[in-house]
Amino acid sequence: MTNQDIIQPENLVYKKPTLLNDNPMHYCPGCSHSVVHKLIAEVIEEMGMENRSVGVSPVGCAVFAYNYLDIDWIEAAHGRAPAIACATKRLWPENLVFTYQGDGDLACIGTAETIHALNRGDNIAIIFVNNAIYGMTGGQMAPTTLMGMKTATCPYGREASLHGFPLKITEIAATLEGTCYVTRQAVNKVAYIRRAKAAIRKAFEYSMQGKGSSLVEIVSTCSSGWKKTPEEANQWMEDHMFPYYKLGDLKDKA
Amino acid sequence: MEENEILLMKGNEAIAHAAIRCGCDGYFGYPITPQSEILETLAVEKPWETTGMVVVQAESELASINMVYGGGATGKRVMTSSSSPGVALMQEGITYMAGAEIPGLIVNVQRGGPGLGTIQPSQGDYFQSTRGGGNGDYNVIVLAPASVQEMADFVDLSFTLAFRYRIPVIMLSDGVIGQMMEKVVLPPFKPRRTEEELRQECPWAANGCKNRKKNIVTSLELDPHAMELHNIHLQEKYKEIKEKEVRYEEYMTEDAEYLIVAFGSAARIAQKAIELCRAKGIRVGMLRPITLWPFPSQAIKTLAQKAKGILSMEINAGQMVEDIQLAVQGCVPVFHYGRMGGIVPTPEEIVNEVEKMKQ
Repeated sequence: MTNQDIIQPENLVYKKPTLLNDNPMHYCPGCSHSVVHKLIAEVIEEMGMENRSVGVSPVGCAVFAYNYLDIDWIEAAHGRAPAIACATKRLWPENLVFTYQGDGDLACIGTAETIHALNRGDNIAIIFVNNAIYGMTGGQMAPTTLMGMKTATCPYGREASLHGFPLKITEIAATLEGTCYVTRQAVNKVAYIRRAKAAIRKAFEYSMQGKGSSLVEIVSTCSSGWKKTPEEANQWMEDHMFPYYKLGDLKDKA
Repeated sequence: MEENEILLMKGNEAIAHAAIRCGCDGYFGYPITPQSEILETLAVEKPWETTGMVVVQAESELASINMVYGGGATGKRVMTSSSSPGVALMQEGITYMAGAEIPGLIVNVQRGGPGLGTIQPSQGDYFQSTRGGGNGDYNVIVLAPASVQEMADFVDLSFTLAFRYRIPVIMLSDGVIGQMMEKVVLPPFKPRRTEEELRQECPWAANGCKNRKKNIVTSLELDPHAMELHNIHLQEKYKEIKEKEVRYEEYMTEDAEYLIVAFGSAARIAQKAIELCRAKGIRVGMLRPITLWPFPSQAIKTLAQKAKGILSMEINAGQMVEDIQLAVQGCVPVFHYGRMGGIVPTPEEIVNEVEKMKQ
């Protein structure tokens, strides 16, 4: 029996989603982005929205998300993705519109656009990948960098008197009347990946049902920026990120 | 209101009505004097209940221009409006639109600067509009209305040009034209495009890849060779626009010994000044650029052949005068007269300048 004999439809238990193409990803080994991309591709396919989806990509590591997922994309200026998504969705209410943003994009330069899109209750989903660091520019301090954490611009560790405090923007989002679903997930273990996928699905479905805005935070690693192996980074995330950024639903207007 | 009825309204109100009538899909704006009547009029008219036009009061000019970016990227006819300090904030979005070749309309009802400046009229944003304004090598089409009628008429014209060339268009008005009431005939009603018509007109737009390959609307390209090719493509497009879309109007130029070049509200004042000069026996004419970019350089160069002097009359410290100097290449003396800080010059001041030019 050859491999070709085994690969038959009745034997298939897993396959790469068709929306995810074969372009080699530029992400570093151990990075969470690729897993989140895959989950989005799976959810769009399962919802049958392949021809009706528009993603808005950020400035940051995920700027090239449009190279990997075969749907329509709009590349945003830094932080402005939620404003773009607001117009895109209101002008095309039958389309699934989501933004894909990192912590610097969403919680720093784009804080105003994020808060106001969520507060208007625009029927969009925001996927927020939080790795507590600026990855693409080479590992500088982010709004979500933990106290004491070392980065290129806080080389002696984040200090309150110099840098202020890590921003829990997802907790803020949960207080806004316009949000229908706010949750914090991770993708470093199979069980977490399953939960994260269900969360993305719920956010996308709520947006199509006109329930309002959703924010799905994915607490993520940045092994390059954190200067750790992928394995160490996952452990460090569990030990340090999860106690501060607690996983689970913060709000669900089912 | 009846079709072709002559109405009395402000330039700002005329823009709002014209937008609803010419099939505009969306307006996104933030309040700022002297143009808030545009958003206010749209809010009163509620076009979302009639034509389906979307109207959003954004949280900032940064957001409103990016809403225009997002709407234009899907192929919709969308617009924003603001005044000088707000348009300064929008420059990021405008350069992204230019780079990604996204059509859209930005109305600037100018006020005096720099900084927070004043709420009184000015033409101080000529450089900002015609030189690009944001980062990188790009131009946008700039239309300068000189009446309430043109503020209404230029909405549809702006969208036509914006989609023909996939380029942002700035309608550079000012606090005089925006706030003054004049008679106007609003453009006829035109339905918004259907989804099918839009998909046919904008095969590049990101609106869900039905029956085609995916579209990516972006201004990013990390490969310098590809990026240079994109820049060359943009420059070729700008060259074509310069060849085909120059618009201007001449007034009493046939026998003119002296030429005034003025746009927008300054042209209205210059027109009165020319009447006063003619009564004194001074043969003065005017060229009024309607497109500030592309600039009517050739027409000015031609008129300069028979002129003894050219006066650039602007409500600023002297900005368009540089384009006139470039056009005439020193073959005739070029002067500038302007007021700043929200002061609008009188026709008598212009007559005085023409007389000085004669000496």
